[in-house]
Amino acid sequence: MLTQYIGRRLLLLVPLLLLISIISFALIQLPPGDILNMEVLRLRSAGTQVSEEQVEALRQLYGLDKSLPEQYWLWISNILLKGNFGTSFTYVKSVSEILAARVPLTALVSVLTAIFVWITAVPIGVYSATHQYSPVDYFWTFVSFIGVATPGFLLALIFLWIAFVQFGISAIGLFSQEFEAAPWSLAKFVNMLQHIWIPIVIIGMANTAGMMRTMRGMMLDELNKQYVITARSKGLTETRLLVKYPVRTSMNPVFSTIGWMLPGIISGEVLVSMVLNIPTTGPVLLQALLNQDMFLAGSIVFILSVLTVIGTLVSDILLVWLDPRIRYEGVA
Amino acid sequence: MAHDTLLEIKDLMTHFHLQEGIVRAVDGVSFEIRRGRTLGIIGESGCGKSVTAHSILRLVPSPPGNIVNGQILLRRGDRGTDQEPVDLARLDPRGAEIRSIRGAEISMVFQEPMTSFGPMHTIGNQIMESILLHQGDVAASDARELAIENLRRVGIPRAEQIVDAYPHQLSGGMRQRAMIAMALSCSPRLLIADEPTTALDVTIQAQILELLTALQEEFGMAVMFITHNLGVIAEVADEVAVMYLGRIVEQSDVNELFDNPQHPYTQGLLNSIPHIDEEKLPRLRAIEGVVPDPYEIPRGCAFSDRCPSFMPGTCDRAMPGLDETGPGHRVRCFLFSEVEDELTEVADGR
Repeated sequence: MLTQYIGRRLLLLVPLLLLISIISFALIQLPPGDILNMEVLRLRSAGTQVSEEQVEALRQLYGLDKSLPEQYWLWISNILLKGNFGTSFTYVKSVSEILAARVPLTALVSVLTAIFVWITAVPIGVYSATHQYSPVDYFWTFVSFIGVATPGFLLALIFLWIAFVQFGISAIGLFSQEFEAAPWSLAKFVNMLQHIWIPIVIIGMANTAGMMRTMRGMMLDELNKQYVITARSKGLTETRLLVKYPVRTSMNPVFSTIGWMLPGIISGEVLVSMVLNIPTTGPVLLQALLNQDMFLAGSIVFILSVLTVIGTLVSDILLVWLDPRIRYEGVA
Repeated sequence: MAHDTLLEIKDLMTHFHLQEGIVRAVDGVSFEIRRGRTLGIIGESGCGKSVTAHSILRLVPSPPGNIVNGQILLRRGDRGTDQEPVDLARLDPRGAEIRSIRGAEISMVFQEPMTSFGPMHTIGNQIMESILLHQGDVAASDARELAIENLRRVGIPRAEQIVDAYPHQLSGGMRQRAMIAMALSCSPRLLIADEPTTALDVTIQAQILELLTALQEEFGMAVMFITHNLGVIAEVADEVAVMYLGRIVEQSDVNELFDNPQHPYTQGLLNSIPHIDEEKLPRLRAIEGVVPDPYEIPRGCAFSDRCPSFMPGTCDRAMPGLDETGPGHRVRCFLFSEVEDELTEVADGR
């Protein structure tokens, strides 16, 4: 049964998340040196005298003198029990505070990008397949190769340049200046919607291009299958039979990619967000990694991994729900 | 007797325009199907029998396939109502008229029971779809009952459960039964069975054939039965057309064909059936050679390069016509006609 399946998958989530947290923690410990080296270096270059005792005191304060398993336990128990992700050294703020503003925006950009990808790629893919080798098909094939081959940040730069030179608009940021620091309001939300489509289109471009090709290929496979001819021989209209049979079957990759679309979008998003100055987690993650700001970096990696795992779970459940062939139990 | 004819095909030509050249998959086929009778079409793979069937329902993909010549005349309505026949070859393959014929007046059962149902919907859903599409007076709530009734009719046990099963949950034989149930759900006047038993194992084959014959007796529909299996043809058909490379080479009553095969190709086909009661089992007798490449069909008679009765100077000069050699028995071979007749016809600018 579906509920049983979901229950089993949720149970499996527990060890998986544990493993992810360990890997996230291990990853941020991998580079040589730690945050204190960077901090001391920064203070010394600023002319401040830092004695070995002070460094040692700081080390104890942050628990860096303890063994790795102890550090891990401290980190994860704080997250799980107190919701405390630790403190960022570079921002001198709690990690939760930094991420509270950015994770929801990242999720929003990701979800909207995914929706943008679907509503453009699916119809275009279907059209290209049903009109294979037509001028329109060649046009979209061309567009999709450009889309796959052009890095997002370059696209962002080109876009910014065109917007600025041709229209005199600064397409940077997610809000107009007056809303940048303002608290959330309807006006700010509307303002955000006016800006957010730019990063969505740019980030979504590569995914759309890829998905378009996948959808076209899947459809071409399905269109020649016997069941499509059967449906046609029953007297269904072309549109109705396309939507009911081959399109439905071809949708599997669309749903199965929900899970890994998220990390794909986020890694593609980092550079685009840097260029467009979008307040998502991407730029912060990059900064945190450069500064060895381990609590911040670790938390971001951890949260994004958790979101990915949840995305995969959602896509698996959707697939089981959509495709009877994937359901486990036999009936007849 | 004219109104006894349900479907009449005249000089049908379906060609495929491919990059490598034109494939004349069906090249001048004529036959008629009478109400309630079974026409068997037999031939090797690639002889154009499936394309003929697909042409009738206008299912040939275009491009590359096109009906370039001929008429497919269907008499709609019941026997006796002297309606003008519809020429299916002239209809828009996506239009409303052909769609109102597909599945309602002419329906089709295909070779591949494994893939002929959509994988994402239940058997019942797909049968109900046909019913609701063509029988406007059936309420959605009653369609399910009708679907179950149809499944029961083709001998599916526990039909009220199978109606909710997905295609992958059924065996090949069961799926083919369900396929037949779907094809018959709107009581068509003509059922085109395109190698319906080829993909099934022999015991299931026999069951399906029996089922088809029984249903035909019960509902009185005409059947066009396509196969490459002579044994199957002997069992189901009233009349037989033998096809070779897009043309009918011999056509007659089924008994006449088996007793008195006249075309060397038909004789070859019948000879290649091994007989279990032969004194000592000889090697299998195959027809010499292979079916020629569709781009390099021999000059003259298409069978001339494999024919044991090949007559140089005759068979390689013209394509023989399909001429009557006895009552209801027609053969396309110069053993029975004069090559000069064909040559003058060509010269006359046919």
